[in-house]
Amino acid sequence: MIANYGYKDGSGEYFITIDTDKCNGCGKCVDACPYGVMAVGEDVNDPLSDQEVAFVAEAERKKIKYTCAPCKPTSKKIIPPCIKACEMDAITHSW
Amino acid sequence: MVEKTEFWRWTESQWTSPDIDWKGKLITSGVDVGSVSSQAVILADGELFAYSNMRTGSDSPDSAMKAINWAMEDTGLKLDDIIYTVGTGYGRVNVPFSQRAITEIACHARGGNFMYGSSVRTILDMGGQDCKAIHCDERGKVTNFLMNDKCAAGTGRGMEVFADLLGVSINDVGNLSLDIDKEPTPVSSTCVVYAKTEATGLLREGWPKNKVLAAYCSAMAHRIMTLLERIGVEEDFAITGGIAKNKGVVTRLEKEVGIKILDTSNYDPQIAGALGAALFAKALHEKGKKK
Repeated sequence: MIANYGYKDGSGEYFITIDTDKCNGCGKCVDACPYGVMAVGEDVNDPLSDQEVAFVAEAERKKIKYTCAPCKPTSKKIIPPCIKACEMDAITHSW
Repeated sequence: MVEKTEFWRWTESQWTSPDIDWKGKLITSGVDVGSVSSQAVILADGELFAYSNMRTGSDSPDSAMKAINWAMEDTGLKLDDIIYTVGTGYGRVNVPFSQRAITEIACHARGGNFMYGSSVRTILDMGGQDCKAIHCDERGKVTNFLMNDKCAAGTGRGMEVFADLLGVSINDVGNLSLDIDKEPTPVSSTCVVYAKTEATGLLREGWPKNKVLAAYCSAMAHRIMTLLERIGVEEDFAITGGIAKNKGVVTRLEKEVGIKILDTSNYDPQIAGALGAALFAKALHEKGKKK
């Protein structure tokens, strides 16, 4: 499942996308994120599956533009820690 | 004080299947407590038996109770006869008699799959306060989703505001917005608050109501289209939620997407979430028994 967490508002599109078919629930993104945006748990959008997957914490979904900003300096392009930590290449950002 | 007509008030509904005798059957239910509307669906052996669709009050547990009681009204069922209940929607954790809460994304995919058949690949739920675009496989399992609940543009709540502003019953908005000679320029802002300001200006310029509604409906269709672009649209394409009943938005969206939108006439499109929840209730009950 391609899970898009985030929002679109007047200033742009802010989505963190997690490919749950690739995600193995290892939780490395959770440890890597300095602001508690990422979490791992049961897949709430696939209630019949028992596999744990990564998702964006509920409380963060409407403000990732701001919470993630320190990991995304506009002056230079760097790979955010959550994406770098993911060995399965399951995480992408839309902005 | 002069009593004011509530133009935003949409028609609540309740239905019971006349052909089903529930005795001895497996009864499961799903309750969708949304931000604007609440639905309860009751299944007998996985077949649609009864449903209700009403407005959510300020108290979610109370709304859930009211919805299920109304759905049960003509069935002779009691709450204890329901073997498994799944809560979904915005207030899903506030369904007092439910065994489990499941996200509305999973439920809408499952419910849409039941309502429109296994050929449905894209489900767009235009709810009271959010908008969800979902891709699913032939079993109704979610394969891709996107939800926007940060902003009320392109949702039922926005349409309620417009119905009230123009003094047009919300049930008539769609048809009235299509009763125009030439499609006007869409309202430039999709934000409900700004769009309302803009519409007030248009009315002052002398635009008739149907033209203003047309401008808003097409702005809403365009706004939803930009959301859909992110995940794409695959055939078959179906719309659930209250806006599915608004022909003004649906027709314009169909034109923008270029794909036929499945007809909603067999079921009330607002029950999709609760229906999916009730189907999950059945699946989870059976899964639990196997363990």
